[in-house]
Amino acid sequence: MARTRKAVETVPSGGSDNAAALRRKHQRDRLRTLDFLSPWLIGFTVFFGYPLIATVYFSFMHYNQIEPATFVGWRNWKYVFEQMPLFGPALWNTLWLVVVMVALRVVFGIGIGLLITKLKTGVGFFRTAFYLPYLAPPVAATVAFVFLLNPGTGPVNEVLGAVGIEAPNWFNDPNWAKPSLVMLSLWGIGDLMVIFMAALLDVPKEQYEAAELDGAGSFAKFRYITWPSILPIVMFAVVTGTVQTMQYYTQALVAGKLASGVSVGPGTTIQPEYPDHSTLTVPQLVYSLGFQNFNTGAACVLSLVLFAIAMAVTTLLMRKRAGLLTAED
Amino acid sequence: MPRTRTHRAPAVLATTGLLLAGCANPSTGSANDDPTKPVTLKFWHGWAEKNEVKAINDSIDRFEELHPNIKVKATGNVTDVTMNQALRAGGDKAPDVVSSFTTNNVGQYCSSGTWVDLDPFMKKTGLDKKKVFPKTLLDYTQFEGEQCALPLLAHAFGLYYNKDAFRKAGIERPPRTMSELKRTAVKLTQRKGDSYQQLGFMPNFRLYQNSPDRLFAQWGPRYFDEDGKARLADEPAAKDFFTAQRDLIKALGGYGALEKFRTTFGDEMSSQNAFLTGKLAMHMDGEWRGLMLNDAKADFEWGTAPMQVPDDEADTYGRGYLTGTVAGIAHSSKHQNAAWELVRFLTADTDQVVAFANAIHNVPSTKAALASPKLDADPTFRTFLGIAQHPDSVALPLPSTVGSTCSRSRTSPTTRSRGRSAISRRGCENSMTR
Repeated sequence: MARTRKAVETVPSGGSDNAAALRRKHQRDRLRTLDFLSPWLIGFTVFFGYPLIATVYFSFMHYNQIEPATFVGWRNWKYVFEQMPLFGPALWNTLWLVVVMVALRVVFGIGIGLLITKLKTGVGFFRTAFYLPYLAPPVAATVAFVFLLNPGTGPVNEVLGAVGIEAPNWFNDPNWAKPSLVMLSLWGIGDLMVIFMAALLDVPKEQYEAAELDGAGSFAKFRYITWPSILPIVMFAVVTGTVQTMQYYTQALVAGKLASGVSVGPGTTIQPEYPDHSTLTVPQLVYSLGFQNFNTGAACVLSLVLFAIAMAVTTLLMRKRAGLLTAED
Repeated sequence: MPRTRTHRAPAVLATTGLLLAGCANPSTGSANDDPTKPVTLKFWHGWAEKNEVKAINDSIDRFEELHPNIKVKATGNVTDVTMNQALRAGGDKAPDVVSSFTTNNVGQYCSSGTWVDLDPFMKKTGLDKKKVFPKTLLDYTQFEGEQCALPLLAHAFGLYYNKDAFRKAGIERPPRTMSELKRTAVKLTQRKGDSYQQLGFMPNFRLYQNSPDRLFAQWGPRYFDEDGKARLADEPAAKDFFTAQRDLIKALGGYGALEKFRTTFGDEMSSQNAFLTGKLAMHMDGEWRGLMLNDAKADFEWGTAPMQVPDDEADTYGRGYLTGTVAGIAHSSKHQNAAWELVRFLTADTDQVVAFANAIHNVPSTKAALASPKLDADPTFRTFLGIAQHPDSVALPLPSTVGSTCSRSRTSPTTRSRGRSAISRRGCENSMTR
């Protein structure tokens, strides 16, 4: 800045006016740019920047949301990583759901999208039928699923029993609780189906025709034409799916609570883990620690762990070497 | 430029600090109000059933008659979590008087200061808490000497049993020991395919009021040592308790079969309650269930009895698990003196406590009310009054360190059968007779 000022000083007087005018113009341009950016900047600062800084700050504090916060160093971090017995199962369940649920949802979404784009008749009906479950509120959908899959009275087990299949206990069995949640998420595949349908319909027809002339089969056409074309959408689905599943809360909590059969009323606290910790996710622990036990520090540590994992996975996927980004991206 | 940076950095840090600290101190109330001046109090409670809401509203009407200057705006069906969050958020819509259905959170309320210490109010109005309330109930409403809550009726847990099913199975009386419970439960159980027509007793903890602490009370465990440290791992009763529960589960068909049968039960507070529909022949529950069975017009004859005790402690039969509803004043209330008038009326006025206890079939929580001749004479209800006053009945100690009532009342660690201390035998924080 000092160098610029010196340079400006050496310019003859007429040039000095021009330079000043130019500087004012640049300043105006910068301000205008800031004006246009300001809604985003304010939103980012208030809803992301400040909460992130606050989360880091409170992760080093003892704070019960009523008394002034006091500095405790790494104690909250040590508690979470060394002493908290539920952290391991919660992290495992969350990562299990991220890997299995996201992968199956993407595969299932592409499959349904392909199926509907290939249909000659009844397209509107099937499109609506597959999309409608997505519109069901998560709590209502989960309640319905727990009812349908109730081991004692549910129609699914009755039908399976009638045809001689010994059905599992679904949400009441620790080995089947997470797969049952995956089934629930596949039932509500409407969101992914729509974007994959749009991506599939966007693939140029000429490329398929050219490939057919070259004698390419169905798999080759999918491998060399469809897949590269829809890859950016697949990446979008994987990244957003990962971030969403890292925050998986409602369905797991409702399913666990309903299947456990424990009445939740005044004087009782929901223990989000039934059966045998299998439906406990990290976001449930964050809520439980932060807003039931008011252990804000530990809740902030868990939130930062979630943030770090989501950030790492997203960064990994966004790298071109991951193969999910094309040259144009 | 570097100078500008050094000026900015502290400014940014200070602003961030202020912003962060800004969230840390919700508003606090005061006890400078004149309770004889007109005021409207906000009272949050947990009662939600129709008869319970009517009973608490009737109580409020009686209070307003006595204190015409104080109006009470009651909000029901409030959970502890909701209340806790509201008290932290503060604001003028937060409650003045609060109550909780459980004693489990009293330690948190007292230590965090969200419920104010009631001792100064008692002193100011001449209420001698030791004369009014049984010791056990005072113990579970205070933390490290701070009495931030008072008992607002109590709960005792016992056995409900289907007399018709007993007659049909040729059983004359309810079981008294754990081995009798197992034999009786097996005898009452009727299988239907791979499920059940009727189950003698559901030992799984995932059912209505079947939490471990309630059944464990029958062993009179000691939760904390003299230093206030958890000692359940060293408690011989813990092993006995889990062994008895496992044996019962095995004898009744195994965890999987029982858990599957449990999924056929309806909601606890509905007409599909498993005991009410006859799916369970015996069931552990609180004293309030009797009134609900009467209201639902159960189509079988039922009775009540204390829960069973370990075989080698048969002389403690009659004991049970105790807990209760508690009431206090929110720290954020600006009308704490007026709020105290309501708390005092609800918790310490004998006629009010008796009337409320009779209306919702809860155990009265003052010494005078427990001895009142006006108490409901229904024998099925009186069973629970007996459990509440049994010297070996046990309340869950507050989750504190030195706040454990065990450690305070401990005298000499004389040993008894199987190495258990006298204190665990007699219950370190036991019944209402104290």
